[in-house]
Amino acid sequence: MKLTGAQILLKCLEKEGVDVMFGFPGGAVIDIYDEIPRSSVEHILVRHEQGAIHAADGYARATGRVGVCLVTSGPGATNTVTGIATAYADSIPVVIFTGQVPRALIGNDAFQEVDIVGITRPCTKHNYLVQDIKDLAKTVKQAFYLARTGRPGPVLVDLPKDVQNQITEFEYPDKVEMRSYKPTNKPHIGQVRKVVKLLKEAKRPLIYSGGGVITSGSHEELTWLGRKLRIPVTSTLMGLGAFPGDDELFLGMLGMHGTYAANMAVNNCDLLLAVGARFDDRVTGKITTFAPRATIVHIDVDPTSIQKNVSVHVPLVADCKSALAALKKETKATLDEFDWQADHQPWVDQVQTWAREHPLTYKDNTDAIKPQFVVEKIYEITKGDAIIATEVGQNQMWAAQFYKYTRPNTLLTSGGLGTMGYGFPAAMGAQRAFPDKLVIDIAGDGSIQMCIQEMMTVVCNKLPVKIVILNNGYLGMVRQWQELFYEKNYCATCMDAQPDFVKLAEAYGAVGYRVTEKKDVEKTLREAFKVDKPVIVDIRVEKEENVYPMVPAGASLTEMLLV
Amino acid sequence: MNKHTLSVMVENEPGVLSRVAGLFSGRGFNIYSLNVAPTLEKGVSLMTIVAEGDDAIIEQIVKQLRKLIPTIKVKDLTEMKSVEREMVLLKVNAEDSKRAEVLRIVDIFRCKVVDVSPDEVTVEVTGDQGKIGALINLLTRFGIKEIARTGNVAMQRSMQIDL
Repeated sequence: MKLTGAQILLKCLEKEGVDVMFGFPGGAVIDIYDEIPRSSVEHILVRHEQGAIHAADGYARATGRVGVCLVTSGPGATNTVTGIATAYADSIPVVIFTGQVPRALIGNDAFQEVDIVGITRPCTKHNYLVQDIKDLAKTVKQAFYLARTGRPGPVLVDLPKDVQNQITEFEYPDKVEMRSYKPTNKPHIGQVRKVVKLLKEAKRPLIYSGGGVITSGSHEELTWLGRKLRIPVTSTLMGLGAFPGDDELFLGMLGMHGTYAANMAVNNCDLLLAVGARFDDRVTGKITTFAPRATIVHIDVDPTSIQKNVSVHVPLVADCKSALAALKKETKATLDEFDWQADHQPWVDQVQTWAREHPLTYKDNTDAIKPQFVVEKIYEITKGDAIIATEVGQNQMWAAQFYKYTRPNTLLTSGGLGTMGYGFPAAMGAQRAFPDKLVIDIAGDGSIQMCIQEMMTVVCNKLPVKIVILNNGYLGMVRQWQELFYEKNYCATCMDAQPDFVKLAEAYGAVGYRVTEKKDVEKTLREAFKVDKPVIVDIRVEKEENVYPMVPAGASLTEMLLV
Repeated sequence: MNKHTLSVMVENEPGVLSRVAGLFSGRGFNIYSLNVAPTLEKGVSLMTIVAEGDDAIIEQIVKQLRKLIPTIKVKDLTEMKSVEREMVLLKVNAEDSKRAEVLRIVDIFRCKVVDVSPDEVTVEVTGDQGKIGALINLLTRFGIKEIARTGNVAMQRSMQIDL
């Protein structure tokens, strides 16, 4: 069957099982848009390309499938760069299709021309400029394959306008053959046995779990290991939800805003089992004093993550799923002969004592609404059965600390890049994937204004996302640093000049609530979550509340500032 | 800081050099020299990169190079027995009074004179870093007017044995 490039692209998407893409049209992709009505792939028209890429990312995080985004050349393409870097930093599978000027004009500074392949080279897993229609189907196949295998990530495909109009025979390859790309998935069994031996010898083991556990879908294996071998579990921001947040062995997040128990456990453990985590500076604090008493085991699918920031004793290159399954298999055989529970119980007692001594808390001593209280209420009302997106800053940390994530893929947050404006469009993408689920964006008044234009998208596509703004009139996290480390020089962080968020919601055709009294928080949230429309709940919280515990940048994990 | 010679086999596709160069610049690694040319296999190029760094940095460089999608194979030749050669063109001052001595040095080093004028000679030399360093050192006092270097190319030895 002979088809045009535009038709081939859409056929490829159908073959890949893509049901929706988020995009924004323009001259260089108009031929593709011309074909969309004849395709089974639904297109959601956003109001800014950044919204499209974050929505594709949110869709990918919530479903575990590849998110898709389609934009035009030049500014359309550059507007996705922040979102691409966001997905790259968190290893999220997204495929981005960008229009490009016709091949004959490339390099001529043509209208809406930009070298997007050059621009995104450092923030994509890989990218392509399709120069020949004959390569199109193969390239799309490879793009999806690369995006979701190994360490996942964004892949960009740049499509010159004239290639979209060329005609060729369409044939979608069955499989991908790339001599240069063969990710290691299976663990080395010798290394696995070494880890089992270390686990047996350890008196104070700790699991440090990261986003890789969620990406690889190995939360069940992780939970099994934690519970059966009685090992306390701490998690990175990206890993929340992999191990049940309400389990007695779960210590909460570690690192800069980690719990006292988690950071003390890292400092005192004799074996640290890092799974799908990458020893980010926000996690380790001062690197030379990180886990000083521990033998470190590092499981990661990406060899570059291993030995990058810390020196580890036992590296295990494999995807978390097969590595944890192998560990499960090897330890399962020992359950009868070795009393893991008794062996690790004194350590569990110690860790739980730390958790009791300094739990996550806040001073609820005024009439003002504490932001942590709001997040707790959201957890109570939803009973953890919701998809939570966050923006970036204090809202993000409180959402990570005071909501218990009991299932994977239920927290959508920009962990690596820290992209303000991420949460709302990501929530939109997740809501499109799960129309009947409650999807809540826990936002700050600063971040929400960065992609607020997508209000129109959620309203007209009937995506009833709930936005809860923890409104303190500040860029709160920066203000917190200014308070603690810059003598309260609140330069450029006061944002009390802000729109009326209730009227703004109404202007878009959504529903708005404002809460100024503590007693109204629960009632209003319950009401808002029942509305079958997008909602903004503007909650006026304590203005100068801080996120604690806090390890100052560059300090050791034990140097926590507590409430 | 040590120099390591890395042999990197890549798919010869548009942008591959930029991916490698971008990796070095973006992560703050140092390239001492870089040589790229096609191999006998269609669509495959060989890069010989001399990179500088301590062991941890070299390990990261090797891993990061392997992570690039078009990379087929990376070998750290410094870790094995290998032959390394660089070709250099040197334009050296050689006025009448100095010409004989310049030519004598050129002869000792088995270099070739490839161009000559009344007061300069251009010399082609091939060798490992030690030989080239020594030659440059000896010719510097006559005045080296121009230098063009290919950067190292290198190959693993067939027999990896200690003699």
